[in-house]
Amino acid sequence: MFEIAIAPADDRGAKFRPVTQDSPLARYALIVTAVLFLALFLLAPLAIVFVEAFSKGIAPFLAAFDDPDALAAIRLTLLVAALAVPANLVFGLAASWSIAKFSFPGKSILVTLIDLPFSVSPVVAGLVYVLVFGGQGLFGPWLAAHGVQIIFAVPGIVLATIFVTFPFVARELIPLMQEQGKVEEEAALTLGASGFKTFLTVTLPNIKWGLLYGVLLCNARAMGEFGAVSVVSGHIRGLTNTIPLQVEILYNEYNNVAAFALAVLLAGLALVTLGLKTFLEWRHADALAGRARRH
Amino acid sequence: MTSPILVGKNARRFTAPSVIPGFGLTFGYTLIYLGLIVLFPLATLIWWSSELGLSGLYAIASEPRVAAALRTTFFISFAAAVIDLFFGLIVAWVLTRYDFAGRRLLDAFVDLPFALPTAVAGISLAALYSPNGWFGAPFADYDIKIAFTRWGILVALVFIGLPFVVRTVQPIVSELEVELEEASATLGAGRLQTVLRVMLPPLAPALLTGFALAFARSIGEYGSVIFIAGNIAYVSEIAPLLIVVKLEQYDVAGATGIATIMLVISFAALLLINLVQAWSRRRFGHV
Repeated sequence: MFEIAIAPADDRGAKFRPVTQDSPLARYALIVTAVLFLALFLLAPLAIVFVEAFSKGIAPFLAAFDDPDALAAIRLTLLVAALAVPANLVFGLAASWSIAKFSFPGKSILVTLIDLPFSVSPVVAGLVYVLVFGGQGLFGPWLAAHGVQIIFAVPGIVLATIFVTFPFVARELIPLMQEQGKVEEEAALTLGASGFKTFLTVTLPNIKWGLLYGVLLCNARAMGEFGAVSVVSGHIRGLTNTIPLQVEILYNEYNNVAAFALAVLLAGLALVTLGLKTFLEWRHADALAGRARRH
Repeated sequence: MTSPILVGKNARRFTAPSVIPGFGLTFGYTLIYLGLIVLFPLATLIWWSSELGLSGLYAIASEPRVAAALRTTFFISFAAAVIDLFFGLIVAWVLTRYDFAGRRLLDAFVDLPFALPTAVAGISLAALYSPNGWFGAPFADYDIKIAFTRWGILVALVFIGLPFVVRTVQPIVSELEVELEEASATLGAGRLQTVLRVMLPPLAPALLTGFALAFARSIGEYGSVIFIAGNIAYVSEIAPLLIVVKLEQYDVAGATGIATIMLVISFAALLLINLVQAWSRRRFGHV
């Protein structure tokens, strides 16, 4: 509207600055502060993982993966993610379908409850399963009598992981499907498509990038979860240690190179996740739910 | 948002009529899965703590070691959230309003604390700030220890909380209306006056929300803290760690008591967020 009033006129030279811009000095000071802060607090912790892992060269780094306990931890982490992520994926689809395509009373309460696990400390998430399935827990005596072990065993690890990664897929899909509405599905259904076919050929293509986005974040957390899993795992080497728990054990034994070597796997996972996430936000921003409410 | 018009014979229906199938199946599955995985285990915790009663909870909270851990957690989380508030605002401002080489890369890295597993963050922060680490060594020359003290806890919680502030404030910074800045300038305000009195006030709700999110996350944080904290009882022991300690001693009631108190604190933070957002919608028309 009033651009003419503030547009730099050529004859005023380089010294002219629009009133809506900060002074070069303030700008420079703020950029330096932000970059320094991010470098010290975010980039340095990431860099030190790789520096420590390769501090004695390549051979000790590779030797860390010769350990059968390390390999067992990697296998268990993959197994837990392979069970927890699909479970929350199916839930996310069911929850977003019922919440976004229908109206019913109490919807906002349901959405709040789905987000609940994010406001619970990971340690508390582990604790609640101990209270349900542990030796002194609600079903503890019954489970013991029937020879079923959940706490200090793989089922407990999977359950705790499902709990902490519970909202990831649903909270990405619910706002996305609400933004997209239900007109396209209604059109497909009135043209004679079955409900399942409508989902596969109309809904799924619309939400695929959002779904991938949610699955990525869910998987990263599932593979990296420490607190909740630590409470229910029992730390039995080769049996109930995931990669993060194995990292803890090696670190506490002052086996720095091996601890950081396994940590490199997890840091690599974090970098790949960040890269794909940034790519999706850049390339498919219109196919993701509004960027304002991330996390 | 469509509101169901419930009249006539539809009055008894739970959901508005629709040609879209699958409500019963997906809604039922959602409720059952949510109930089994989240609500039932949390209800068990509440049932356990109701057996303790208020007096039981008070007795647990006033055990000297528990009281010290709760204080440590609460105050250091608060301090970390204040630091995140300050630097988070600067980072959000710089990443949104200025353009410089590497801006997009830095922007992507802001989410690192979300993506990096907490145990990895924990051991790398401990390595950085230990007396012979990159950042610990210069301080060690002056006899200042960071790792294995309360300062270590602060460093870890600042790391964990930063993205909450940046990602909450960033969208609001990018929506600041340039017309307001121009109006302020034409009415004679200096640049600093414009920033402080015209541009920062609309950011207040987002800043408060980011602060509360960072604070709530810090209260429950475990993995990134325990490696750098040193975990000295009465000094640098955090509440989540004490839950683990109590469980290892088979003191399930004690663990439940601490967990209940932590849940109350983080739900109070959530309530604050909702109140701030309701106030902000009335005051500024956005969240």
